[in-house]
Amino acid sequence: MTRRQDLAVCLLLALIATLPTDAGAHIVKGEAIGFVSGFEHPISGFDHIIAMVAVGLWGAQLGAPAIWLLPVTFPLVMAFGGFLGLIGVPLPGSEIAIALSGVCLGAAVLTRFRPPLWVAAVLVGTFGLFHGYAHGHELPPGQNALLYSLGFILATGLLHATGITIGLLQRWHWGQYALRGAGVVVFGGGLYFLWGALA
Amino acid sequence: MKARAAIWIVAALAALAPTVAEAHLVVTGMGPVLDGVTHFGLSPEDYVPVIGLGFYAGLRGPAASRAWLAALPLGWIGGGAVAMAGLALPAVALPAVTAGLYLAIGGLLAANVNLTAAQGAGLAVALGLARGAADLIGVAPGVAHALTLLGMAASVFVVFALAVSITLPMRQLWMIVAARVSGSWLAALGLLFAGWILRFGAAVQ
Repeated sequence: MTRRQDLAVCLLLALIATLPTDAGAHIVKGEAIGFVSGFEHPISGFDHIIAMVAVGLWGAQLGAPAIWLLPVTFPLVMAFGGFLGLIGVPLPGSEIAIALSGVCLGAAVLTRFRPPLWVAAVLVGTFGLFHGYAHGHELPPGQNALLYSLGFILATGLLHATGITIGLLQRWHWGQYALRGAGVVVFGGGLYFLWGALA
Repeated sequence: MKARAAIWIVAALAALAPTVAEAHLVVTGMGPVLDGVTHFGLSPEDYVPVIGLGFYAGLRGPAASRAWLAALPLGWIGGGAVAMAGLALPAVALPAVTAGLYLAIGGLLAANVNLTAAQGAGLAVALGLARGAADLIGVAPGVAHALTLLGMAASVFVVFALAVSITLPMRQLWMIVAARVSGSWLAALGLLFAGWILRFGAAVQ
């Protein structure tokens, strides 16, 4: 990367630094915590965290093109689920589906399951729909919509990136075992949340 | 290498620094042009799609980038001028158009669709018209506000050019994929924003 590109990236980051955390567009109503609360929402529950990190882990295990297709699929379908939740479309059983996502994705990472790409995309997309629906359904009133959504999407993407980064361990032999160990953790977490959802 | 790493660390720390800002009522005390620049810098609803469109233009090549670079600020000035001339729209109209444009730009970037330079210029003009109007709607016409609009358009030009400069030289697959992933985030943002509008209507900011 050239120095000019470094400078361009720095300028863009400086613009990001101007992201207002206490601003309202045109009509200031005091709902000033949109970005922060949107960012916190996906990382506020371990059931969401383990599933989103597991998507990245599984993508890394599957390699190209899944490594980028799955993290592209998940936010889009999750946003569609959030859209359904926001407009009030009923989607029963979302808590069970969210817990099941941890079980299934954990099992996939543990067993290094390699289905056809479309099957993986559909599986991840289906779970993303339920995760998004839960978020959309729970959205607090009186937030700055755009900033909240921006924080929400960024946090989700960063969780996937975390999973993919951890997934890079698989290039080493011991790393492959470590990833399968992470799959056990996700699987166990999913079972715990499934127990809670069914109880 | 150490100097470059230091630049990155300082820039990342700067991005983490919290700011308390009041968009739209910005008076810098440094004149209307810099008021416009500051307004743009404090309005993510303005600069997020500009960056997204810039990434997309960069992936489409230098010819498209040059055409869109001219079209976007001109559209912004046009939208602002129309708004100052007394444009009256339902309160939900501009947020709805904004959500649609986020979805369109993000979707096109994520799929890396091969638009012609003219089609892309049309998209850039549409974004400029919508956001320029949203920024200036309800503002009385006058030289000072026209200069504020000029400051915004200059900022749009610079930020768009910077975004283009990031993706234009990209050759490695993983970098192009990263740019496309940012498109999926932008599309997701548009979808969520549309949901907010349908749920809360004109109360959405």
